[in-house]
Amino acid sequence: MQNLNFKVFRGDKSGGELKDYTVVVEEGMVVLDAIQQIQAEQAPDLACRWNCKAGKCGSCGAEVNGKPTLMCMTRLDSIDTSKPITVRPMKTFPLIRDLTTDVQWNYEANKKIKPFTPAPNTDWIMMQEDVDRVQEFRKCIECFLCQNVCHVLRDHDEKTGFIGPRLLVRTASLEMHPLDTASRLEMLKNEGGIGFCNITKCCTEVCPEHIHITDNAIIPLKERVVDEYYDPVLSFFRRLFGSKKRPDGSRSAADD
Amino acid sequence: MESYTTYDYDVLVIGAGGAGLRAAIAAIEKGARVGVVSKSLLGKAHTVMAEGGMAAALGNARPEDNWKVHFRDTLKGGGMLNNWKMVENYTREAAERVLELERWGAVFDRTPDGRINQRNFGGHSYPRLAHVGDRTGLELIRTLQDHAVKVGINAHMETTIYRLLTEGGAVVGALGFDRQTGEFLVFRARAVILATGGLGRIYQITSNSWECTGDGFALASMVGADLIDMEFIQFHPTGMIWPPGVMGVLVTEGVRGEGGVLKNREGRRFMFDNVPERYKGEFAETEEEAEKWLGGDREARRPPELLVRDVVARAIRREVNEGRGSPHGGAYLDIASRRPADYIKKKLPSMYHQFMKLANLDITKEPMEVGPTCHYVMGGVRVDPDTQATNVPGLYAAGEVAGGLHGANRLGGNSLSDLVVFGQRAGLAAAEYAAAPGSSGMVSDAQVREYIAEALEPFSNPQGENPFALMKELRSTMQQNAGIMREESELKTQLDILASLKQRAKQTSATGTRVYNPGWHTAIDIQLMVEISEAVVLAALARKESRGGHARLDYPDPDATFARLNHIIRRSSDGALSVVAEPLPEMPEDRRRIAEVKDLKELSDKVGA
Repeated sequence: MQNLNFKVFRGDKSGGELKDYTVVVEEGMVVLDAIQQIQAEQAPDLACRWNCKAGKCGSCGAEVNGKPTLMCMTRLDSIDTSKPITVRPMKTFPLIRDLTTDVQWNYEANKKIKPFTPAPNTDWIMMQEDVDRVQEFRKCIECFLCQNVCHVLRDHDEKTGFIGPRLLVRTASLEMHPLDTASRLEMLKNEGGIGFCNITKCCTEVCPEHIHITDNAIIPLKERVVDEYYDPVLSFFRRLFGSKKRPDGSRSAADD
Repeated sequence: MESYTTYDYDVLVIGAGGAGLRAAIAAIEKGARVGVVSKSLLGKAHTVMAEGGMAAALGNARPEDNWKVHFRDTLKGGGMLNNWKMVENYTREAAERVLELERWGAVFDRTPDGRINQRNFGGHSYPRLAHVGDRTGLELIRTLQDHAVKVGINAHMETTIYRLLTEGGAVVGALGFDRQTGEFLVFRARAVILATGGLGRIYQITSNSWECTGDGFALASMVGADLIDMEFIQFHPTGMIWPPGVMGVLVTEGVRGEGGVLKNREGRRFMFDNVPERYKGEFAETEEEAEKWLGGDREARRPPELLVRDVVARAIRREVNEGRGSPHGGAYLDIASRRPADYIKKKLPSMYHQFMKLANLDITKEPMEVGPTCHYVMGGVRVDPDTQATNVPGLYAAGEVAGGLHGANRLGGNSLSDLVVFGQRAGLAAAEYAAAPGSSGMVSDAQVREYIAEALEPFSNPQGENPFALMKELRSTMQQNAGIMREESELKTQLDILASLKQRAKQTSATGTRVYNPGWHTAIDIQLMVEISEAVVLAALARKESRGGHARLDYPDPDATFARLNHIIRRSSDGALSVVAEPLPEMPEDRRRIAEVKDLKELSDKVGA
């Protein structure tokens, strides 16, 4: 048993401050355990979002000692406890209260992405090696930590012309689905704002699912957009022959 | 006077897990105006935590598999208390519902020839679970969420339903509040579908998320809906037991499906000593035979680690009680010595991650320590097997909140496909009901105002009890007195405790504002949790035998009389709960022949399955 000191943000839209709490910790405790202990014993109205407490739902994202993380997967013995541990809400989204933020924007921006559009009359045969990449993207638990650290959203608040790493990953999961036939390249170029991303990889660093957001999702999408809109040779051929996306589900050179 | 906002829908779906989303999609496709209410954000419901897979007799892994084998396995695993018609509907439709998910964008793991792969699980005669590594629930909920957005759902996220609203004995809507603002909301609806999931949070050690407070059972019971078989609670054999903060977090049965074995502290695979009479002959009797099975020999029988969950959970409990447990009071689950590290990381990635992060343990190198954790309730709101209608007009239930499909014990993997099969059925039936003339009732403003005043009471009790402390007391006493092993004296003690908790739950205190206030939310949750705990304990007292997820120390064996009875938990007009025993619905002879075959050979000889 050991006492640890916390500074937890308390407040709402009108303002707030870090408040001091002391928590009795036992072996193996995570940050969320400490927050729940504060809630149960000291501050019953301390607002905090959580669900599964096992890293599967992505509800409890916060900034612990300045680092965006899932509170349920952050062990107290893995962070610096020599000074009081600070816990703040995700900065990029409007504050509701204390550690909860309004993440509605993510659900709205998601509607810009054309839904899954399978080829008609497909036999639904897909090889494992052809879906490995898509499955990597589908591991996303929508914790929105990548959105939180993306400087386009965090520092420049560009939420109208940019959909952010989470939704770029979702777009990639559809674009690279072996049986999908829709094209989302125009969306990516325009209202998706993929050009805003300058590949600083902050999103990849905070992803609790270890999705290679930048390397495997965003960069290949950027290449597709470039091929589609900026490659002079390809665009000449496309004007001649059309540019429909692989209707038979097979990959073509132009896609890579 | 407190104001409220009113919404009008044909069908209101309460809950946005697998069953709720599938129901909403079905009702929208029928042309209904549909509202979906969820306590969490979209995509975070407890379904997201499901790991191992969804059972459906696709016949991809083994062409011999079909709905009849699945039917027989489900009834056998359920101690034959299942509603046979629900089991038939379920096993016949599960495969189509899985294929539909693929057409909506789900990407399941593949067989070598490019079809949906299937894995082994306890109680299933063949590899039957479509899966995505060990994150199948995430795949299911995300696919349904995306498809629901595509067909245009109206989602009220982070909204709690406080009470159902009735008129003339029919459900006509619900009163709730927005957790983010504290504002009250009235939903007028011609039909209401409960898809609120389970009640694991009434126990101290559980795999369930905070949402699983049993709301739907209590809401339904309060408006006169019958509950069925509430004594049957599934304690999943393998939850994490160390460190203390993660006690109860699920370790997927997929670990055993992929070849993992259970050992006691002496290194013995104790499941060989725990094969119940009714499963004799279906499981490997030596480690050599089990090894052959793992190596792919189709003549070899399955290892006993793949027995049904109630059997495995009690076997672990026995090892611990008899002094052969692991250091923290559980058993060892070993996949490290069975499969190569890369294979484990590919097939069980979130287990690898979970143990690495939370327990500093590498499951590719060391065995895990596991023990039973409250995981699921087989009982629930009693429904019609075809329409999921309750006995209250306008009220439907689907998914874990509905009872009947799983009998006394649920097979792993049967839950996710339950959600989509009966979610779809409930959505269709509710939409049809809502479209019929005369199904519209009036919401009473007086009823609404009375409930609102009641819901706000904790704010005017500054001297009241701390709701978190009360919740802790409920959970620890339920664990102690109505847990995995039960006996009459403890159950009676628990009834007294619940009677007192019921009064104290009305006297809790909330401080601060109504904006996202967990103390206030807990004060409201605890009232329903006490109600539903009482139903569990009463039903457990009444069943004087041991069967499936109900084990009595004072009645350790199955009993022939109780083998023919379901328990109906009914509320009288004065609010008191009582338990009524009812004979099982009559199973037609041709179905009985399928259900009662001894083994698969007999099944194929006798009924051509």
